[in-house]
Amino acid sequence: MNELAPATHTHTSAPAESYLDEHTVRSWLLTTDHKRIGVLYLISIVFYFLVAAVAVGIMRIELLHPHGTLLLNETYNKLFTLHGVLMVWFFLIPSIPSALGNFIIPIMIGARDVAFPKLNLLSWYLFMIGGGFVLYSIMIGGVDTGWTFYTPFSSTYSNTHVLTMVFGVFIAGFSSILTGLNFIITIHKMRAPGMRWFRMPLFLWSLYSTSIILVLATPVLAITLLLMAVERVWGIGIFDPRLGGDPILFQHLFWFYSHPAVYIMVLPSMGVVSELMAAFTRKEVFGYEWVAGASVAIAVVGFLVWGHHMFVSSQSIYAGMVFSILSFIVAVPSGIKVFNWTATLYQGSISFETPMIYALGFIGLFAIGGLTGLFLAALAVDVHVTDTYFVVAHFHYIMVGGAVMGFMGGLHYWWPKITGRLYPEAFGRLAAIVTFIGFNFTFFPQFVMGYLGMPRRYHNYAPEFQVYHVLSTAGASILGIGYLLPVIYLLWSLRYGKKAPANPWHATGLEWQTTSPPPKHNFDETPVVTGPPYDYTEDFEPKPSGVLHA
Amino acid sequence: MKLPFFPIAASHMAERVDRLYLGLLLISAFFLALIFLPMLYFLFKYRRGKMLSHRKLKFATWKLEVIWTLIPLFMLLCLFGWAATIYYDEERPPARTLEAFVVAKQWMWKIQHAEGNREINELHVPTGQAVKLTMTSEDVIHSFYIPAMRLKQDVVPGRYVTEWFEPTRPGTYHLFCAEFCGADHSLMGGNIVVMKPADYQAWLNAGRPVDNLAATGEHLFREFGCSGCHQNSTVVHAPRLEGVFGKPVPLQGGAITTADEQYIRDSILLPASQIAVGYSNVMPSYTGRVSEEQLIQLIAYIKSLGNQTPPEETK
Amino acid sequence: MPDARQPLAEQFATLPQQAEASRLGMWAFLCSEVMFFGGLFLGYIIYRHAYPHAFAVASRETDVLYGTLNTAILLTSSLTMALAVFASKEGQFKEVRHFLIATILLAIAFLGVKALEYTDDFHKHLFPGPMFADAGEPKTQLFFMFYWMMTSLHALHVIIGIGLLSAMTVRSAKNHFSAEYHNPIEITGLYWHFVDIVWIFLYPLLYLINRHS
Repeated sequence: MNELAPATHTHTSAPAESYLDEHTVRSWLLTTDHKRIGVLYLISIVFYFLVAAVAVGIMRIELLHPHGTLLLNETYNKLFTLHGVLMVWFFLIPSIPSALGNFIIPIMIGARDVAFPKLNLLSWYLFMIGGGFVLYSIMIGGVDTGWTFYTPFSSTYSNTHVLTMVFGVFIAGFSSILTGLNFIITIHKMRAPGMRWFRMPLFLWSLYSTSIILVLATPVLAITLLLMAVERVWGIGIFDPRLGGDPILFQHLFWFYSHPAVYIMVLPSMGVVSELMAAFTRKEVFGYEWVAGASVAIAVVGFLVWGHHMFVSSQSIYAGMVFSILSFIVAVPSGIKVFNWTATLYQGSISFETPMIYALGFIGLFAIGGLTGLFLAALAVDVHVTDTYFVVAHFHYIMVGGAVMGFMGGLHYWWPKITGRLYPEAFGRLAAIVTFIGFNFTFFPQFVMGYLGMPRRYHNYAPEFQVYHVLSTAGASILGIGYLLPVIYLLWSLRYGKKAPANPWHATGLEWQTTSPPPKHNFDETPVVTGPPYDYTEDFEPKPSGVLHA
Repeated sequence: MKLPFFPIAASHMAERVDRLYLGLLLISAFFLALIFLPMLYFLFKYRRGKMLSHRKLKFATWKLEVIWTLIPLFMLLCLFGWAATIYYDEERPPARTLEAFVVAKQWMWKIQHAEGNREINELHVPTGQAVKLTMTSEDVIHSFYIPAMRLKQDVVPGRYVTEWFEPTRPGTYHLFCAEFCGADHSLMGGNIVVMKPADYQAWLNAGRPVDNLAATGEHLFREFGCSGCHQNSTVVHAPRLEGVFGKPVPLQGGAITTADEQYIRDSILLPASQIAVGYSNVMPSYTGRVSEEQLIQLIAYIKSLGNQTPPEETK
Repeated sequence: MPDARQPLAEQFATLPQQAEASRLGMWAFLCSEVMFFGGLFLGYIIYRHAYPHAFAVASRETDVLYGTLNTAILLTSSLTMALAVFASKEGQFKEVRHFLIATILLAIAFLGVKALEYTDDFHKHLFPGPMFADAGEPKTQLFFMFYWMMTSLHALHVIIGIGLLSAMTVRSAKNHFSAEYHNPIEITGLYWHFVDIVWIFLYPLLYLINRHS
């Protein structure tokens, strides 16, 4: 990547027109530019995130008291359903792939756009229509099934607006499929000359694996929800035990999608963290091939472990054992990644800018989330802790501690590229640290509470759990500040932030070779890749203070 | 203010689970140390500003990768073995147990003891004896969760599931529903009351009804008219039920099934789906006419016939 | 969408790259479709295994004549589709249009037969629910749940296929295609063959297995 230096100079001296230059509403709503679609996604998911966060805020206040009087039971049930559905399908799954991935992938591989720009726009519209249905289902009264929609409760017994919400999720599913499809083809067919598979940045490897899951798992969710909806409409169906149907089959099909979906959420974060570790240690990622291979391994083995959600569902004990052993095995590639990131630090030149703090936070929280995953894979312990707060804490460590920390890290890292502005670094670091502390404060007590036997989705609970709930709510308020801060200072930076140079981090990667923000077609000339990624040589060593403080 | 970390352990199984949990905690601590001690050291030692030359590593990368792939894999497989052994024992009830039957519905637990005693949202059991619960649900999926026994089992409509435990310590323990089941899910709970054997016997005698479960089932057997065909019938050719329970039943179409609780339940509710060889499909379905509790009583009766020998067929 | 004047979309460097990308895109989409139908097939197989008797009884109620006729129609349409793709490679666009129209007509014939069959099924009370012919045996209703879900989803794919085929016919009439640029027709062909293959699985599962047991 020797041509980086001159390229940077030409761009900064003569700014090309940026993808943001057109300002009409029409130019945004009819755009096929992957960058603009990425920005549209970014705005949308932040909106859904805030709605879902308000829902959980109310729940945490309610849980301060064992017999909280703020909410009716039904209202509480509707809130956690809303929180789950919005966070899973409308924030976590599209967060890194659809928002950051859409923006970064084509630039990172040196392409002008994704392979199918119109499908890309269509996928955003499907996403918004799906989200519209979910919000509508809430406005007309809400849904009380939990995000898992277990039959026969969802198909027969719940008298809330299940169909509307399920329809929203169904439609959003097609948005996922189209996005995944686009990424797979883009990465396969549109890499710049010289960018061989093993010269791809690890972010691309992880999103490639994610996309495979999106394309192969999401349709199973679609057909499952469709069957459930049919059963609800006609009052007869294949999950209904009164007809010889099997409600457990729904769980198998549901988790066949939803377990891989966990990897849809966390694999992209792992990709971001690999990028960040390289950029802020000024080194190539240790064991590049192993980290790349681990992504693919997680995606493949991740398809075979869904049954570990069902150890107490009355599936056969031998099926339970097979799923248990596979779940232990899927921990190995995750471990490989963590070990390699640690080894990357060795002999690095480490700086602690905001994205790096998020990345280190990710490793810490993901390690705890992963290790507690072993508790859940361990059959006998799972029997005790499944469907308790232990599980709640575990998957929040993975999805919030892992996926959201990665998303925040990536958002800060690429913020100058996306907006052309620098965010205030001191506030960034503060928010990252507050988030990390608030997160642990919120969710660590839940592990203890879970092992003590506090079941999840409980609105009234036994008084001995109260102390942990109070701790958790206190932590949640800190966590709330940690999330609110970036919303404020990032919006502030759009107007008042310093103009960003093309490569504020002095990072490798094609995305830093074009201007910030990039021109409409990303590159004036198609870049040519001549070496491996993360080629940080001595020349790259920036001043100790870093450019952001200059 | 108390900050407990372990719930009360009221069975041997609970202690085994706690030991496994401690083992997992130790292994987690080991891995966390393995990751974070070097990490903190590197973060300090190699922080920006200390210019260090990038020397080539003196060892091959792949050796390190293989080490941190295989050693964790081996440890994980050991953990699997440990956990699976306990799970296997948890799922396999011993041959001789006390029996109780649980019917879950929104939002209560209805319990019948084999002796005929009935209770709601409470289960009385003695120490020192294994208790086997056979459970089903009238509506949605529930989950019978006793934290003090470290046990949980989803209760699924349309099928019988079992759970067993052997209490070791008298006391009153939480019973929770752990699978979300609707509006009052969090209120669907109760108590497991573990008593000394003598106290339990006294409790049992105090509330004991005239009939035990099988005897109640026998009354039902006549009430519903089952006896009309399945006993001494000259008009309808129906299988005799003595000695059937627990034995293999050859079905039309060549399959062979075992006459367990599930088979008898299905035969009462959906008689047309599994017809024994040599009989025709003439039995009406009792879906909607017989409640889950009555089913359990009928099954208890048919089970009690299991040890008798069938009489000679009357032509 | 690329047209006759500018067949190369701006994100691609060359026509072959564009053709390869859209071909791979369709294959990936079809993998997704396989998983979609796969969920249904899995459910069908599980219940067929659990209730062989009820499923055998139920599958005797389906009309093998309609099923066989439709199989023949769809297989023929796959042939005409393949011929259309072949002709497009040769640059014979008049022939392409003829074959495309033949394919569309066959697809419409398929739907027509399906409509007749559905009408008959309604009259025979084979639609699950309170009106079902043999309400006493719920497991035969399970079979018909699968029957209606599978065939109606397949018919939906046929309808989408007709839309795609019509678009190809129109674009061909407007001279959008050339011997160098014809890959949308090939992609449509891939999709159409997939629709055909799904039916090849549905036909034995719903009409043939255990018919005479």
